[in-house]
Amino acid sequence: MKREVPLLIAGIVGTVLVIQYFIPHAPFGTLNNVFSDWFSIIQATAIWLGALNLIKVAGDKVYKRQKDWQFSLVIILCFMLMVIVGFFLSGGRRFLDAGTPFSWLYDNVYNPLVSMMFALLAFFVASASYRAFRARNKEATVLLLAAFFVMLGRVPLGDAMTGWLPTWLHMSNIASWIMNVPNLAGQRAIMIGIALGIVSTSLRMILGIERSYLGGE
Amino acid sequence: MKLKFLWGMFLAIILTLAAAAQVVQPPGQMTPIDTTAAAPALAPPTDVVAKDTPDDAGGSISITWKRSVEDMEGKRGFGGYSILRGTSPEGPFEVIGETSGGGDEANNEYKTYLDNNAVDGVKYYYVIEAKMGDSVAKSAASKAVMASQQWFNFGLTNMFIATVFLISAILFYISSAKAGKKLYIRKIAGLEAVDEAVGRATEMGKKIFFIPGTQDMDNVQTIAGLTILGRVARLTAEYEARIDVPVSRSLVMVTAREIVKESYLNVGRPDAYNDDMVYYLTDDQFGYAAGIDGLVVRQKPATIFYQGAFYAESLILAETGNSIGAIQIAGTAMPAQLPFFVAACDYTLIGEELFAASAYLSREPKLLGSLKGQDLGKAAIILALLIGFIIQITGLFNFASLFSVSGG
Repeated sequence: MKREVPLLIAGIVGTVLVIQYFIPHAPFGTLNNVFSDWFSIIQATAIWLGALNLIKVAGDKVYKRQKDWQFSLVIILCFMLMVIVGFFLSGGRRFLDAGTPFSWLYDNVYNPLVSMMFALLAFFVASASYRAFRARNKEATVLLLAAFFVMLGRVPLGDAMTGWLPTWLHMSNIASWIMNVPNLAGQRAIMIGIALGIVSTSLRMILGIERSYLGGE
Repeated sequence: MKLKFLWGMFLAIILTLAAAAQVVQPPGQMTPIDTTAAAPALAPPTDVVAKDTPDDAGGSISITWKRSVEDMEGKRGFGGYSILRGTSPEGPFEVIGETSGGGDEANNEYKTYLDNNAVDGVKYYYVIEAKMGDSVAKSAASKAVMASQQWFNFGLTNMFIATVFLISAILFYISSAKAGKKLYIRKIAGLEAVDEAVGRATEMGKKIFFIPGTQDMDNVQTIAGLTILGRVARLTAEYEARIDVPVSRSLVMVTAREIVKESYLNVGRPDAYNDDMVYYLTDDQFGYAAGIDGLVVRQKPATIFYQGAFYAESLILAETGNSIGAIQIAGTAMPAQLPFFVAACDYTLIGEELFAASAYLSREPKLLGSLKGQDLGKAAIILALLIGFIIQITGLFNFASLFSVSGG
């Protein structure tokens, strides 16, 4: 029963959602939105499960003085700070309104931290490119050359170097050709494979053949 | 003499100012207006046709008319059209919308307006009013029209045929597999390496991290990633290795817990399962990446799996894992993130391989059959590409138009 009911629900909902794509008539036409709303409600309710789990796991670490418990203490303190500031110190305004302490923390602490994490990408791209673009074999050499042309074609220096050549040999045009022809063709092939994979996986779930997402084989 | 000179100067200044005013004034304002003349006649829009919008869920009527002559000639001051609607051909009509001049993309002589506030089953008549300055010119009323809902979206017929073909192919191969037919599936290096990666972590006495992406359970990639978690958890239970599953969504946490728990039960090691193996970090994309990076740097797991949907955090995670020397197996269907995983991980499941993982790892005939059906779909697409290529270059007809859809 624990297995059959979820499988039945998945099968019915999956079938209905496939049908509604082709049938605009009521009640099918609006079912997609109805199911999306339901999912949003379940998702919003479930956020408490995550928040409570975060506090429980971090609290256990602090209480038992497990390795690196100090980081867990920071998590708990920051979590409590944002909750208290958001709920109780907004002075009757919505907590995200400009000028509230929550909004100040959001703009001056949270946002810079997120931007810092995003900025790390620049360094990671450099280190990953260094490894990926080494000419170890034929394929890696082709990759290296393609990357060389694309990078140079994206900056003014590329065209300045090749300005004396016919237009189609200008570095920016070569870079555009690489991106729009071989690169796009490869991406489309991958996307076709992905689309077929999604159809196949969805069908397996609708038919109840795929059960591993419910646990077990 | 002095007075004459001053008078002359005064006249010269007046003349200069008058000449300057002629230069700066728009020519239109210089033309004397004959207030007694009748306003130029404005040609009304013609051929007003209203019809129920096709392939929709009702509540919409499409009105098309032949543009006013002044609009087609691009006359200055043409003020567009008012759309009037009534429930009787004699009126009264009320304005339900306005639209500017200019024609449709498909046929420049005509203009189309969608009335999306129609009530299904009510008869409507439409009149189009062209406007230019103070002049207006009304068309004759259209024929009666009613909005209604359609039972099939004919704009998606090609998609429907493709879906039916693909589903039939998958079902056929599933039934063939059920009947005991042997099916060949090519080796997928990333999935072959799962056992080795778990074994390595066991030998080293270190943890295994499983990262199921940053999307929720409504994303099929997350589901595909979690099917791999089932297999990995089985192996960790068998080998008595330790697994950590930090997640970014509450629903993924609940599902992943069920999967890991079931896997430990199936192997006969329920005692080794602990709810805290799967824990929530945050919904925030970069907060989640920062949390995992911290855990990876401090706990130095021997193996890291990235299976699911990833965005910009993919490289941040994979490069951090790479820096501590962990064996990394990634799998995603996000084309933009694949190069990052390929550069930073030991193995990468590219797109469809992620969705094939469940069938590949379980070797269950019914699941393998669905992969073969998928391959037939791929063969059909390759054939269509080849035929389309030949037809397009010979210019016989626009083959690509067979694949365009509308109203999906």
